[in-house]
Amino acid sequence: MSYTEKELKKELEGKSYEFGFVTDIEAEKAPVGLNEEIIRLISSKKNEPDWLLEYRLNAFRIWNEMSSPDWAHVKYQEPDFQNICYYSAPKQKKQLESLDQVDPELLRTMEKLGISMEEQKRLTGVAVDFVMDSVSVATSFKDKLADLGIIFCSFSEAVQNHPELVKKYMGSVIPASDNYYAALNSAVFTDGSFCYIPKGVRCPMELSTYFRINEAGTGQFERTLVIADESSYVSYLEGCTAPQRDENQLHAAVVELIALDQAEIKYSTVQNWYPGDENGKGGVFNFVTKRGLCGYRSKISWTQVETGSAVTWKYPSCILKGDYAVGEFYSVALTNNYQQADTGTKMIHVGRNTKSTIISKGISAGFSQNSYRGLVKIGKGAKNARNFSQCDSLLMTDRCGAHTFPYIECENPSAMVEHEATTSKIGEDQLFYCMQRGIPEEKAISLIVNGYAKEVLNKLPMEFAVEAQKLLEISLEGSVG
Amino acid sequence: MDTVLKIENLHCQVQGQQILKGLNLEIKRGEVHAIMGPNGSGKSTLSSVLAGKEDYEITAGQILYQNEDIGELSPEERSWKGMFLAFQYPVEIPGVSNINFLRTALNERNKALGRDQISAKDFLRLVSEKSSLVGLDNKLKNRSVNEGFSGGEKKRNEIFQMAMLEPTLSILDETDSGLDIDALKIVSNGVNTLKSEDNATIVITHYQRLLDYIVPDFVHVLYDGKIVKSGDKSLALDLEERGYDWLKLEKAL
Ligand SMILES: Nc1ncnc2c1ncn2[C@@H]1O[C@H](COP(=O)(O)OP(=O)(O)O)[C@@H](O)[C@H]1O
Ligand SMILES: [Mg+2]
Repeated sequence: MSYTEKELKKELEGKSYEFGFVTDIEAEKAPVGLNEEIIRLISSKKNEPDWLLEYRLNAFRIWNEMSSPDWAHVKYQEPDFQNICYYSAPKQKKQLESLDQVDPELLRTMEKLGISMEEQKRLTGVAVDFVMDSVSVATSFKDKLADLGIIFCSFSEAVQNHPELVKKYMGSVIPASDNYYAALNSAVFTDGSFCYIPKGVRCPMELSTYFRINEAGTGQFERTLVIADESSYVSYLEGCTAPQRDENQLHAAVVELIALDQAEIKYSTVQNWYPGDENGKGGVFNFVTKRGLCGYRSKISWTQVETGSAVTWKYPSCILKGDYAVGEFYSVALTNNYQQADTGTKMIHVGRNTKSTIISKGISAGFSQNSYRGLVKIGKGAKNARNFSQCDSLLMTDRCGAHTFPYIECENPSAMVEHEATTSKIGEDQLFYCMQRGIPEEKAISLIVNGYAKEVLNKLPMEFAVEAQKLLEISLEGSVG
Repeated sequence: MDTVLKIENLHCQVQGQQILKGLNLEIKRGEVHAIMGPNGSGKSTLSSVLAGKEDYEITAGQILYQNEDIGELSPEERSWKGMFLAFQYPVEIPGVSNINFLRTALNERNKALGRDQISAKDFLRLVSEKSSLVGLDNKLKNRSVNEGFSGGEKKRNEIFQMAMLEPTLSILDETDSGLDIDALKIVSNGVNTLKSEDNATIVITHYQRLLDYIVPDFVHVLYDGKIVKSGDKSLALDLEERGYDWLKLEKAL
């Protein structure tokens, strides 16, 4: 891929206008560039305590010493970090009067996804009727959560209102020194989500950033921290199926999960960032660090459906520290046109009798490259650790690529590690069979692909699963050849 | 009686190889035609080209289905018009339940024909009615399409699908192969029940055994891409007795 930052900027400028984003030229924007001054500015704008500023500055020093990773099976032009604006006041979407003003293609997609008219308006920034406005829905949810002592707010709010929790857990799973993009995020993150579930509480609803994002506005350096205290449970949803346009090319998020003893966190993601056009121009770079820490008999499940982004670099991982801890990773990664994805997981077995399951389903179409990269590490003390990995690849064309890079490091002989991998091409015979029964080709493809991905889709919360299924269908339009 | 299918001088080429070399056939409503012939004579090729499989190129002649030249229609369009092919080798579709597959098929057809979507209740009623026709095990309905089915189960499933879709023209490609005698009876019974004055059936088979159960009005012998002999059901018995070798001799003469 050879396009320049400048071209991209120009293209996105066009897009941002088209999609009703206001570029907001003067308002509250830091000058472009990255240095200590900028970091101090971010921190003071957000009225942060000294320890957090220190944390950021330290991360920045670490980042300066590092160089960007080059081991992933992706090719891209590294962003110019001095040409990014690291602070601007929450973006305001231009209010539109009716859906007529929204790009019809975007609407068509949302309609296909089965997103309701009200939701379509909300997502595209059209003024909504105030009867069933999402803000009031969100507020009533918040009251219910507060009764249970659950904290669910923006990261910035958490820093102001619950500094002791933030200070204790932030960076405890992903230290700033972890990797290049995590270090960058630690230095310049602007906002994100925070969630705390108290001891013994079962969160009665799916927590979704869907609600929150609109209030706070995401940033390109998002930070999420979820803490499930002992014996608690939470299911957390991130992202949404509606196409996400953003003028920021680089997204480097950090997500830390902490499941204390006997707690369970289910973290589900549907990622649909702008993937670039069918010629591979434009699109978001999504470089995310996600990791969870499991205590005694606790469990963390990552479920992800990845269809967006030009370049994805993402390995949701689990550190199974406590005895009997369980880690799970269920992933569907679909790439089309010129998208590149290098994704997978790391399961680090530390405690005894720890167990992990990895189910990865890659789908490559067009000219895309789709890689699974996984590490299963069994530490010396991880007696009787168990892992099962299954990595399947489905190819839609002869021009795309699927790659599997499984790494196993085992330091305890009592461990059992199983790995299975398959690669198959979508069958002409399968398609003909469906078509003979009256199912048109595109529908047949989606049926076959959804069948292939079913094991993972089944792990998603119901309403998310339905949308994700349609999303796979849409993402594959015109993809066979 | 009106004609369901009329094949005229059909020449069909697959990957540069001429397989059908001037085939003629006419089928009217209410009729059952058997097509017999040795392996490699072009029987499956005929069923594929009728169903509109990609890469099966018509180089001369035409296929008229209900008086319409369907040569340019996609497989799904032919299906919506009432053509059904029971495959010689039914395909497995992992992760897609039989039920979901059939409901999608029915609803895609309804959509294409501008009809209402079938309600869950009507659909389930139809499933229970039609599956009993071929004694399809309840469990198989919810299993992935043909995945892990035995040979016999796959063939029964084909007839179950046929029953669900109620075609005007059914083409059964060696539905009898791999069936034991009990399964053969069940499958034949299903086909006979579905037979009516309005629809037509092509039974492709290698052995005359099947024709004891599904009695044809006409029997055709396909050899080297052409129909070389037609007759009534006694022709099948003839073939059984004499094998196919005499065809080669006849051709050589
Ligand atoms: N996809 C194909 N590509 C090339 N040759 C084919 C293909 N399908 C069938 N054939 C050839 O066409 C001939 C007829 O095959 P087929 O129609 O399967 O015969 P039958 O069903 O009567 O046994 C055979 O010689 C076979 O090898
Ligand atoms: Mg055959």
